[in-house]
Amino acid sequence: MEVKVRPFDCWNDFKNYRMNYYKEYLEAKDKGGIRWAGSAWSFDPVPQGLGEDVYPLTGEPYGATAAFFKDFSMRALETIERKGAARDLCGYMRNYWGSVAMDRYLLADGSEIEPFPKPDFNFTIHICCSHAKWYHYAAELEGGVPTYAVDISVGPGYTLDDKKIEYVVRQLEDAITWMEKVTGREYDDELLIKAVENEAKSMTLWAKICKLNQAKPAPMEEKSMFSFYVLTLIRRSDERVVKLYEQLYREVENRVKKGIGALTYEQFRFVTDNPPPWPFLKVYRYLEQNYGAVSVGSIYTFGLGAAWLGMDEKGENWIWEPAPTPEEAGFEIHDRRSALWWTALFNLKYRASWQHEYSHWVRKQETYQMVKDWHTDAIIMHLNRGCELWNMSTLEVRDYLVNKGIPVATYEGNMADPREFDEARTFNVIDSFMQSLGIEKLT
Amino acid sequence: MVTVDELPEMKKFIEWFENRHEYAKKWKEKTGGKVVGYYCTYMPEEIMYAAGILPVRILGSHEPESITRPYLHDMYCPFCHDTLAQALQGRYDYLEGVTIAQSCLHMRQSYFSFADRVENIEWSYYLPFPHGVNNPHAGDFARHEFEKFKKAVEEWTGKEITDSDLDNAIEVYNRNRELLTKMFELRKADEPLITGLHAMYIVVSSQLVDKAEHNQVLESFLEKIENGQVENDREIGTRLMLIGSEDYDEELFKLIEYGMSYPATFVFEENCTGSRYFWGLVENNGDRLMALAKRYVYRVPCPAKDWARGDFFGRRRFQFIEDVIRDWNIEAVIIAQMKFCDPHELDIPSLREMLDKMGVRHLHLELDLTQPVGQFRTRVEAMIEAMGEEDLFI
Ligand code: SF4
Ligand code: SF4
Repeated sequence: MEVKVRPFDCWNDFKNYRMNYYKEYLEAKDKGGIRWAGSAWSFDPVPQGLGEDVYPLTGEPYGATAAFFKDFSMRALETIERKGAARDLCGYMRNYWGSVAMDRYLLADGSEIEPFPKPDFNFTIHICCSHAKWYHYAAELEGGVPTYAVDISVGPGYTLDDKKIEYVVRQLEDAITWMEKVTGREYDDELLIKAVENEAKSMTLWAKICKLNQAKPAPMEEKSMFSFYVLTLIRRSDERVVKLYEQLYREVENRVKKGIGALTYEQFRFVTDNPPPWPFLKVYRYLEQNYGAVSVGSIYTFGLGAAWLGMDEKGENWIWEPAPTPEEAGFEIHDRRSALWWTALFNLKYRASWQHEYSHWVRKQETYQMVKDWHTDAIIMHLNRGCELWNMSTLEVRDYLVNKGIPVATYEGNMADPREFDEARTFNVIDSFMQSLGIEKLT
Repeated sequence: MVTVDELPEMKKFIEWFENRHEYAKKWKEKTGGKVVGYYCTYMPEEIMYAAGILPVRILGSHEPESITRPYLHDMYCPFCHDTLAQALQGRYDYLEGVTIAQSCLHMRQSYFSFADRVENIEWSYYLPFPHGVNNPHAGDFARHEFEKFKKAVEEWTGKEITDSDLDNAIEVYNRNRELLTKMFELRKADEPLITGLHAMYIVVSSQLVDKAEHNQVLESFLEKIENGQVENDREIGTRLMLIGSEDYDEELFKLIEYGMSYPATFVFEENCTGSRYFWGLVENNGDRLMALAKRYVYRVPCPAKDWARGDFFGRRRFQFIEDVIRDWNIEAVIIAQMKFCDPHELDIPSLREMLDKMGVRHLHLELDLTQPVGQFRTRVEAMIEAMGEEDLFI
């Protein structure tokens, strides 16, 4: 059945925010501001207490942008490989390191700037094998930029207790003292409180938006979602980001009411799991155009920047319901410690992508429940050689889903290394999978 | 006079290394106790030992296999595949439990599949050990997790772990650490009697058998060496240091120490089947779990846990390596990196730079399930040959 489709009204606003983001970071020093760099999973509200002119550069989205511009990526990867970095390391990280090593900075439109704008400090977290070491080596390449990494490896959210939260909070308290020392600025707790509240709003709003995609026809396809979800990863504690998500929420809600879909023909719904092969997003277009197949989401786009209830208290079932904001949880944020406590608790407990690092079971439940709740016909899994963390458990998940009778297709690739993708083979995999399910090509 | 290889103690270490599964099965028959396999050297074995459990390190066999491919991605390191393969082939059919102290992603994957897929496993425990071992709060957090681990062990075994059980376990383990450290100290000598191959058998066997038993044999072994009852039957040649991870492949040591035209001897192994396993004692001063936590957190770190944090910009492991190079008079370093191992790969560019600055020759070998022996020989020989040429001109 043919459905109505419309471009998103807020598309350009999201795009402009992302364009300006890289520029703001670049130009921060001209106005006496502060630049910091770190993983997209860093506690982004914390440096915000240093002032209103503090600009982050988060590494994974930067690495993905670099990967999208294949020529830049190839040069970056080759530069860092010549310095001895192994090819099987995180693709985002190698693009980032390569960019620093070439001393070239990439803007979101693909233009290149020289030199690479060094951060005043690196502030990151550590959960996969790379995060903290990524910024340690980057700091060495940058000539010794001060670096601080927060260890968050306390186990899955449903096992969270006060001692675990305390461990993270204490590190954040130390980080603030350290940031004051490194920047010479006095820390403002009011700005921190505001940023922590904004973070919770951005992440829960994005969860609510993702949930709207359970509707049939799906109001969003995943390729558009890539442009939306990323704001939770670049600067979720910014009030402007909250406003954009409020706008998007209203728009998607309206699309659902009016039956506006992402594709004209939605004859097949699927979810994915890993970061996509950024240099080859045409995989998604191929599925849409040939099969009317829409990716309605993934544990990557949903789990990375959104906050969900996640595993129930017994650790048995996964619940894809948005997490509460501080007000909804009845948690009062009134000073530095309560603000840090909330951001630690909120991320450790509700950030979906942190939960499945600790067990196959969590990832199996999370994926299975997504397939069910978003009413999909199948899952297409990217066996992504570019990220070991996102690739964790994938084969065990595949086995689990197949045993549950869910159709699964897999293709090999790399989210951020254009050299590791076989386009023809991937399209073949898709064609055979669709044929095996009796899905005809659109005429 | 005898050589090290002729000592009955050395033969015992090799027997334990080779027949590890038989040892554990016999131990069970003899004691009626439970055997638990563990992944990673951050596991506080003392807690299990105090409960009367025999903790054994899960290892592979260096035999080609393909049965793990449906469960573990092929970009995960050969060690993880190998360990899981052992379990899937039933070689660990005597274990009641399996556990892991949180470590690299690859090892975790192997552990999860092991715990889920091996039928005889009735108890499994994932211990969230901190990654941030360079931060001052990690000790407290580790203590908290150790307390929970202790409770879980007590519930499972039905045995209360008393303070005196823990004291005894700490004493036995510390004794083992002292002896192993002494063994490494002896290798500072100009003509060390103990090779890297010997050391590997000794350290790895200590991860497989009852430590009290290991202590007895090791004490007697060291006594004989120190009393001058043992002679050297080989040329020492270039003094090498090994930097790596789970390097328990006999072929690698045999090739480099016994199979090359140029003599060479490992005098130190900075890896988790070597010094990283046992370096540093538990300082038991009342709060036993805290004492254990501090030892495990602040020991020489694994690359998976060693990174800059605020006012500490260095890597503690590198500081240790620097000291070893000086104190053991190291002439060249072999970086034995397990294929696809991120934690090591992440350190290698900076490690090479440090070694270059120190003027120490180094060679990077990538280890797989089985090794390309011929190629390795050529590369190691070329390095040693080049060192000789430099001597000629300096
Ligand atoms: S390996 Fe994966 S999780 Fe780790 S930094 Fe890279 S993209 Fe992120
Ligand atoms: S070799 Fe590396 S990847 Fe493999 S288990 Fe050891 S630390 Fe992990």
